[in-house]
Amino acid sequence: MPPIIDVQHLIKSYAGGGFALDDVSVEIESGEILALLGPNGAGKTTLISIICGLTRITEGTVSVGGFDVVKDYRKTRALIGLVPQELMLEPFETVFETVSLSRGLFGCKPNKSYIESVLSQLSLLDKKDAQMKELSGGMKRRVLIAKALSHEPKILFLDEPTAGVDVELRRDMWNVVTELKQRGVTIVLTTHYIEEAEEIADRVAVINGGKILLIEEKDKLMKRLGTKQLRIELQAPITTLPDSLSDVDVQRADDGMSLIYHYDVKAERTGITSLLSKLASEGIVLRDLQTYQSSLEDIFVGLVTEENK
Amino acid sequence: MNLYAVRAIYSFEMARTFRTMLQSIASPVISTALYFVVFGSAIGSRMTMIDGVPYGVFIVPGLIMLTVMMQSVANASFGIYFPKFLGTIYEPLSAPISPWEIVIGYVGAATTKSIMIGLIILAVSFLFVPVTIAHPVLMLCFLTLTAISFSLLGFILGIWARSFEQLNLVPMLILTPLVFLGGSFYSIDMLPPVWQTVTLFNPAVYLISGFRWAFFDTADVSIALSLLAIGVFSAICFAVISWMFATGYRLKN
Ligand SMILES: Nc1ncnc2c1ncn2[C@@H]1O[C@H](COP(=O)(O)OP(=O)(O)O)[C@@H](O)[C@H]1O
Ligand SMILES: [Mg+2]
Repeated sequence: MPPIIDVQHLIKSYAGGGFALDDVSVEIESGEILALLGPNGAGKTTLISIICGLTRITEGTVSVGGFDVVKDYRKTRALIGLVPQELMLEPFETVFETVSLSRGLFGCKPNKSYIESVLSQLSLLDKKDAQMKELSGGMKRRVLIAKALSHEPKILFLDEPTAGVDVELRRDMWNVVTELKQRGVTIVLTTHYIEEAEEIADRVAVINGGKILLIEEKDKLMKRLGTKQLRIELQAPITTLPDSLSDVDVQRADDGMSLIYHYDVKAERTGITSLLSKLASEGIVLRDLQTYQSSLEDIFVGLVTEENK
Repeated sequence: MNLYAVRAIYSFEMARTFRTMLQSIASPVISTALYFVVFGSAIGSRMTMIDGVPYGVFIVPGLIMLTVMMQSVANASFGIYFPKFLGTIYEPLSAPISPWEIVIGYVGAATTKSIMIGLIILAVSFLFVPVTIAHPVLMLCFLTLTAISFSLLGFILGIWARSFEQLNLVPMLILTPLVFLGGSFYSIDMLPPVWQTVTLFNPAVYLISGFRWAFFDTADVSIALSLLAIGVFSAICFAVISWMFATGYRLKN
């Protein structure tokens, strides 16, 4: 099946600024949940805005459902629901009216019962006639999701959906996402939390400085990112690694004053116990142990340097 | 054409109008009534007839035009500026809807509101003076065309404005003088010759004159010229809006 969203060599530069997107190519498969993972300013919102038609393309092509987003914007936009990063709502309108407006804007016939079902799915039904200004931040976020779903889109964009969101809403949101996925809806969400990508996504695209650094199945990526580092400081330096450690992922560091061991947190066996017992049987005396989890920052640095090699 | 979208924008905007109906209508009605008291009765009683029409009656079309022009600009500029200010404009901009459908929705609602206010003022004026309307159909046409063209102008203003100050400044600094000096309260030939010539560069003159012709069958400039003026004015507004959409001016990066 051809990708439902096809971004090819997309460049976005702002007047007087650098590149917000620098030759981005991504193919998003129909029905998948893709997490766009990247720090602030990486270009996540810009990429989404271009696909949705909110931002103009500097160079490159974007197609949705096989149609060009510029030439055939009516066809492409009708497929998309967007939950923006900011809470942008009309303060004096009611929940129901606002969601109805969205449905109309996307060219759908008014359908009260469908809108009510969306509202109830998002626990908003009892707030149907409340004005936006009476709602809490979390409730407003729910309204934005309801608006995005009002026209039964095939693709849903969630731009940092969990920023400033409570546990309950997060859970509801993931329930909605799971249900949409079951119905075959393609979901693209942005986040700067690895855990979040891990929790929900099928594939993860890592973006930084306007470039896609990698796009990979979540399971593979998590294996890569889920490694931890164990630093073993020794009483006395060793010049070479004992033979018994030859099949273990361990390196000498600090002129032999420490050993560094990489292990998979998620693995059934981390191998730490066996490593330590091997060291003991070799008569190597330990002074201290430290573990490090690579931060997202480290991972980006790692990916960028890998890229530059 | 995405009719559901146009209808959705239009009815959303009209709902806003009806929710604030009292404010929207009370203020123009009260100020018009005051104009009738001050100009029509107090000053008008000392004035001679203009073009064979008593002064109190003479100012009716001008007053309606004054209000319709100001209201059209105010309604349409606010209508598009407010979503821009709130950020909710992201939705129509990402919807499967053409720029002109957005214009029809917003400008249509602003036009409807100012026509309603114009007709209410006309109704109020019947309470004060014996108004006659020589060409009622053409009167309605003029009213509608003026409301549309000034709503288009307001739409441009709303897209251009970056703050509420700018939104208020343009009508106050440019529109108020043009409209007041456009012959709302006098006939152009009451001015000294030099000013008569200067006045001919004021587009409001043509609209007010044409509208007055629909009431009294007499005008400062010919009715054809008035219609041409509205046509040219609207064409300029359309061209500016087309350019704004083509370049994404202040809407899209
Ligand atoms: N309107 C704009 N004008 C100039 N630069 C912008 C504009 N919007 C975003 N940028 C720049 O583009 C880059 C990407 O921004 P954005 O897509 O919002 O990142 P993210 O959503 O990943 O945090 C940033 O460096 C940002 O400063
Ligand atoms: Mg962002």
